[in-house]
Amino acid sequence: MDTFLGRFKNLIFLAAILFAQVVGLAVQVRRPSDEGETRLIRVWAISAVTPIETAVVHSQQWVANIFKNYAYLRGVRRENRELRAEIQQMKIQQTRMDEDARMARRVQALLGFKEQYVDSTIAAQVIGTSGSEQSRVLYIDKGANNGIKTDMAVITPAGIVGKIVQVADNWSQVLPINDQFSGVGAALKDSRLQGILKGTTSGATKLQYIMSDEKVTPGEEVITSGGDRIFPKGLPVGKVVSVEPGKDLFLNIRVVPSARLDQVEEVLVVTKITERMPDTKDLGPLRASDILAERLPTVPNKAEVDAAGNAKPGSGTASPTTTPAAAANGTGAAARPGATPNKPSTGTSTPTKPATGVNTANKPAGATAPHPSAAGTTGTVKPKPAGTTRPEATGASDAGTAPSNGVRIVNNDDTAPPKKTTPPAQPPPAEQQPATPATGEPPPQ
Amino acid sequence: MSTRVMPFRGSVTSREQVSVYEFGWPAILLIPLAAILIQIFIPVKVRFMPIIDLPFLVTVFFATARRNPISGCLTGCFIGLLYDLFAGPSHPLGMYGIALTVVGYLASSLGGKIDVENPGSRFLITFGFFVIHEGVYYGVAHGLLRQSLQWSWSHTAVSAVANAILGVFLFMFLDRFKQR
Repeated sequence: MDTFLGRFKNLIFLAAILFAQVVGLAVQVRRPSDEGETRLIRVWAISAVTPIETAVVHSQQWVANIFKNYAYLRGVRRENRELRAEIQQMKIQQTRMDEDARMARRVQALLGFKEQYVDSTIAAQVIGTSGSEQSRVLYIDKGANNGIKTDMAVITPAGIVGKIVQVADNWSQVLPINDQFSGVGAALKDSRLQGILKGTTSGATKLQYIMSDEKVTPGEEVITSGGDRIFPKGLPVGKVVSVEPGKDLFLNIRVVPSARLDQVEEVLVVTKITERMPDTKDLGPLRASDILAERLPTVPNKAEVDAAGNAKPGSGTASPTTTPAAAANGTGAAARPGATPNKPSTGTSTPTKPATGVNTANKPAGATAPHPSAAGTTGTVKPKPAGTTRPEATGASDAGTAPSNGVRIVNNDDTAPPKKTTPPAQPPPAEQQPATPATGEPPPQ
Repeated sequence: MSTRVMPFRGSVTSREQVSVYEFGWPAILLIPLAAILIQIFIPVKVRFMPIIDLPFLVTVFFATARRNPISGCLTGCFIGLLYDLFAGPSHPLGMYGIALTVVGYLASSLGGKIDVENPGSRFLITFGFFVIHEGVYYGVAHGLLRQSLQWSWSHTAVSAVANAILGVFLFMFLDRFKQR
């Protein structure tokens, strides 16, 4: 026996160590840690290393910044000139995009869609990785002491990075989207097809569960779909680089992440996401045509158009229902300049007079009618902040005319008391109703 | 001088005796720790760092220098488990531990049979053991844990060459810590 043990001592020792580790593996696989639970030995080990890594990273950044700051000063004049030119270009683009955004928000409000907003983020520094190709986790220098919790989204301005999987007091572990155990709800930006973005063992990312009969083109952008309840909807994920027929019924779509996951150094941890209706207060006046557009079909009431084709005062085509937008931003009642021109100060609803061009049925209690000078105008009245007493009339006439299809609805301050009551003037013929200018000039009579 | 000599048993070299080196405790503890620290820190700055496996190289170095299978096992187990700690939560403790234990055992056993002092043999040894290391890891992940790893010969070969080249220079540097 002694001879046997002595002869195979090394092999027996090796087998014993391997057996112990296999048993350890089996225990871990059999009893996977619950969500949020972290093995203490891992916390100890990482916590021991994190201060060193943090110190190294921060000191290295400090030294690098000294040289960078000097380098930035050189050529700053030329860069400034280029940036100014770029700003001019971007202002032009922004004007156009603002208009698109307003339209989109208005439509969202009309349809009752809720938007997800990133309310607060925490900037964090990447201080380490797992170091191996089999696991691509990252370590950041912010933890529970900074308000970070598991399953928070980690992003960069370029795109999403991953999510928090472990949190200690002063560090957190991030599972990037190219890790083989990662999964992100994603959608193709143009075709709106939804799938799941998965990492692979080689560090690539693939969009899965897109049916083979769908058309996906390389170069198409991929965004978050919001379906995973971790990443807000619409954040950039990456671009499609190749599309191949895959196994089963699904396409094999390879995606290159927008964020440079292999060299990410600074990230933002999304600590608060709120879901709310889009803010339509700053969208400007809501046109009657917008409201009419959602009430299809719209048939003009011939009985209320006189022989000359002039619309009678108070006539309109609106139905007594309240639009979602109006209900959302309180314009359902306030936005009725020509509804009850002879009773401007009551602020009460007049459900018996639905044919006024705008809804008056669901006016919130206590809401005050808009300034009577704007009543019946064919122009617009810009919304004023609370506390203002008189909305700024920019429409065709301060005296106003009875509303017709060209009337703009006023998103007005509910607290503005009326100053005077002006009876509505005779409206121009309906077919001659001018397009609303924003000049403040009266329309030609 | 703590260098011992032991006769080759079944030697495939022309030398009849080979030196067995010892290391101080600070070196035994600090070199693996430094290797792991660098390994988890450098990929933040260097893009292709993950194909380099410093804990593996240190394991091979200690195992071949000490030429004792039991100490090779323990060295590999210690470094591997330490390395496992920094992997993600989906990476159970013991995967690198098992792989590096096997490498440590084989490297120390081989170190007693062939000359591992010259750069050529070091290159070949490192190359070969890296393939074994990857194979054992793949076997544990795929066979025991049912993880969906994909084996790529080309990637393994490129990584093995890169580690072997680095290993030659790293071993020359680490030779300074041998106690004579």
